[in-house]
Amino acid sequence: MLTCPLVRAGFLTLVFAMALLAVPTPARAADDAVARALLAQLREADFSDKARLVEQLAALEHPRIATILKALADSRLYYQEAENRAVIGLDDAPTIAIEDAVGGAALGQAGKRDLEKITANNRLRNLIENRLASLGLASADPGQRRAAVQAFLKNPDPAGTERLRARLAVEPDAGIKALLALALALADLASPEAAARAQAATALGGRLQPELRGPLSRAAAEDPDPAVREAARTALTRTEFRLQLLGWAETLFFGLSLGSVLILAAIGLAVTFGVMGVINMAHGELMMLGAYTTWLTQQWLPVNWSLPVAVPLAFLVAALAGIAIERGVIRFLYGRPLETLLATFGVSLILQQAVRSIFSPLNRSVATPDWMSGTIALGPLEVTLNRLIIIGFCIAVFALLWLALQRTRLGLEVRAVTQNRAMAQAMGVRSARVDALTFGLGSGIAGVAGVALSQLTNVGPNLGQSYIVDSFMVVVFGGVGNLWGTLVAGLSLGVANKLLEPWSGAVLAKILVLVFLVLFIQKRPRGLFPQRGRAAEA
Amino acid sequence: MTDIKLKIFPWLLAGTLTLGVSLAHAADTIKVGVLHSLSGTMAISETTLKDTVLMLIDAQNKKGGLLGKKLEAVVVDPASNWPLFAEKARELLQKDKVAAVFGCWTSVSRKSVLPVFEELNGILFYPVQYEGEESSKNVFYTGAAPNQQAIPAVDYLMKDLEVKRWVLAGTDYVYPRTTNKILEAYLKAKGVKAEDILINYTPFGHSDWQSIVAEIKKFGSAGKKTAVVSTINGDANVPFYKELGNQGVSAKDIPVVAFSVGEEELSGIDTKPLVGHLAAWNYFMSVKDKANDAFIKDWHAFIKNDKRVTNDPMEAHYIGFNMWVKAVEKAKTTDSDKVIAAMIGIEAPNLTGGVAKMLPNHHITKPVYIGEIQADGQFDVVWKTKGLVEGDAWSDFLPGSKDIIADWADPKIKCGNYNTVAKTCSGQNYK
Repeated sequence: MLTCPLVRAGFLTLVFAMALLAVPTPARAADDAVARALLAQLREADFSDKARLVEQLAALEHPRIATILKALADSRLYYQEAENRAVIGLDDAPTIAIEDAVGGAALGQAGKRDLEKITANNRLRNLIENRLASLGLASADPGQRRAAVQAFLKNPDPAGTERLRARLAVEPDAGIKALLALALALADLASPEAAARAQAATALGGRLQPELRGPLSRAAAEDPDPAVREAARTALTRTEFRLQLLGWAETLFFGLSLGSVLILAAIGLAVTFGVMGVINMAHGELMMLGAYTTWLTQQWLPVNWSLPVAVPLAFLVAALAGIAIERGVIRFLYGRPLETLLATFGVSLILQQAVRSIFSPLNRSVATPDWMSGTIALGPLEVTLNRLIIIGFCIAVFALLWLALQRTRLGLEVRAVTQNRAMAQAMGVRSARVDALTFGLGSGIAGVAGVALSQLTNVGPNLGQSYIVDSFMVVVFGGVGNLWGTLVAGLSLGVANKLLEPWSGAVLAKILVLVFLVLFIQKRPRGLFPQRGRAAEA
Repeated sequence: MTDIKLKIFPWLLAGTLTLGVSLAHAADTIKVGVLHSLSGTMAISETTLKDTVLMLIDAQNKKGGLLGKKLEAVVVDPASNWPLFAEKARELLQKDKVAAVFGCWTSVSRKSVLPVFEELNGILFYPVQYEGEESSKNVFYTGAAPNQQAIPAVDYLMKDLEVKRWVLAGTDYVYPRTTNKILEAYLKAKGVKAEDILINYTPFGHSDWQSIVAEIKKFGSAGKKTAVVSTINGDANVPFYKELGNQGVSAKDIPVVAFSVGEEELSGIDTKPLVGHLAAWNYFMSVKDKANDAFIKDWHAFIKNDKRVTNDPMEAHYIGFNMWVKAVEKAKTTDSDKVIAAMIGIEAPNLTGGVAKMLPNHHITKPVYIGEIQADGQFDVVWKTKGLVEGDAWSDFLPGSKDIIADWADPKIKCGNYNTVAKTCSGQNYK
């Protein structure tokens, strides 16, 4: 940025001259020199100059241009001061494997400190995306062609219209063909003929792509021709109607997803609090242990494999911690709920501070595996993959727990002990062992919930605190001692929260749900599905 | 009863002994209070600041101390508990008789200790960007006022990115509410229509952002360039950015500019979905400057971990500490009144190649940077103000505070909330 403007201007003319010379005889060497000169300037330029330089680069007919621009957009383009050349970083370690930007030859390793990054900003990235996209319209790869049309939809460029029209005639893929038709309709919206504009507006009606609504609503408001305005308005109404329906479906999904998180957080508590009657304030911290286990797993295993491994590990870690808490503290306090509450609250503080001392008070970064990132289309509804997977995970955990309680020896003993401890002991059930295992089971499930939470929220010492109130809320609302109650309560609280949120804001929605809950408990103190019969009296 | 007494007796004894030792030691040192939470929610941000002050004190002692005496840090832990902040501040000022205190992060903790500092005439250096609308005789604000962070950031979005529609998203407490009020008034003054502004508040630690991100997406699909101005507090940002990434909102479509996300916060985040989003600060670790390189080197050596990052509030403490040292040297005493008087006009270098100056309103001059988040958790500076911006305690864009100024130097004013129209001070030291 410190170069004298005069020198720079002279240099630019030289570059232009070289570019002009290079076009008629596309000799590789001359082209290389131009590209290198442009890249050298790119390093020093400010962002408005950079945009101009990128345009010039994109106009070069050089085989490496697409690679270079892509690297610039991904912040992988560096300048190697010592060698006076631009290089592309191939990985992201402290010492980076590099290759020559223009020549493409591998250059071995270089320390990050010896490389100066050529920075891009969002404007530049947009520009590069557009330029790359127009290069990709004729590509053999359907994915690249689709990206090219989508880039056009985002940033309609009148100059590109003819190329799109030409492509529509030869495009074999039906999906891309439909997208091309949309793009052309969008371009026609700016056509000088009113009839073409009206036709385009009608064609765009009912389409859900967010990029289309802006131009359409502009046409509805500003078009000089009343017929076009009318057509655009009708089209817009159709779009709005479909969006409304979609909005409802989306809210329902959000509610189910929040509900599934609530259930995961609460279901372990439903075992320890609901079945055993222990008020475990350290429940949240057991989830935290699960989340930290996930983080530790990711330190050892590649991200894509870490979660399936983390689930059993987190179960084990949290279950062992839970059994230790039960054997060390809770077993001395059965039948004294207030003391249990205080003691477990103390345990929760100890666990939090222990994590702070061992792992530092800073949050840990848990990466999301590729197979959980992004969205998936369920018909016209785009849902986020991680939420969908967590809903499925929640159902699986619930089913397994239910099976464990109904179909296994331990489950039978747990039910026997909770229904009538003295009678169960008389029948030969070792109730102390059952207590420890039940508490371990509930804690282990909390750990598993922690794995899911690590994908949604911060993994830090405070993770547990933010979920403990919600968990108790769900268990109490569902009815203590009833797993199905927890399921229904979690889902309905989730959906209610999400239905209220757009209307009242997130803060008020939470308050309203709490108020409702308080009123509900007044009316039905035993929750949605109270236990009946003799067990309820115990 | 007797049992307990017996048990705690040795501890009491030990306690008295250590107290005696520290008193004997105190005679030839100058004490500096460090009032940052080391446990609880805010420990995540404040622990680093405690270490920063310790490092600065250590460095000053190696240079021979101050006024021929060694500096001694008195570290207390207010445990993210706002009333405890006031209690600990009282303890530092009355019991330990510290010469100055470096501390607080949240505005509510500052408001909680303010009466204590004014009553006991202490000195507090507050290092965090905040909502303004305050100037106390006893507090020096080394973080950014809204006109040193929020307003320039909005200017950048408006001019360079041509943003026309605005989402003001924040956590529901005093800093975001006041900042958003100022921004809303500013945007409207710039001709932005009410329907192009969406304001949204969420509770502390909000983790389910699905509906809000969907709403932002919808708001942003009206055909005008949309940006989110985020005053979302620390922790809640992670799930927010994750949800943005998952729902496919990229920085290229709807950029988010954040005022509470710095290098430290990013070190706990998987930064992949954040690349290209923006933050506005007065300092970035990535700024290339000799002073900054040296600071980072010292920090890594002090904390014995070369992966630790530096951030804006750390720089604020660096500036504040050096200003205090210079003021004490100028006043030749640590007496509060004399140091407070000496502070105004003091200049100390910042870490980005400029010089910060303490203004009569107890705020300082700062450059403003806009950075884009990179995959390695650092920021690339994409824009900066031409020169230094003077901190303005009372915003010019709020009807209630337009006419109010703070001036502790002018003998005719000497007040933190002087009304230039009514020509009176409200009589309080702070609002």
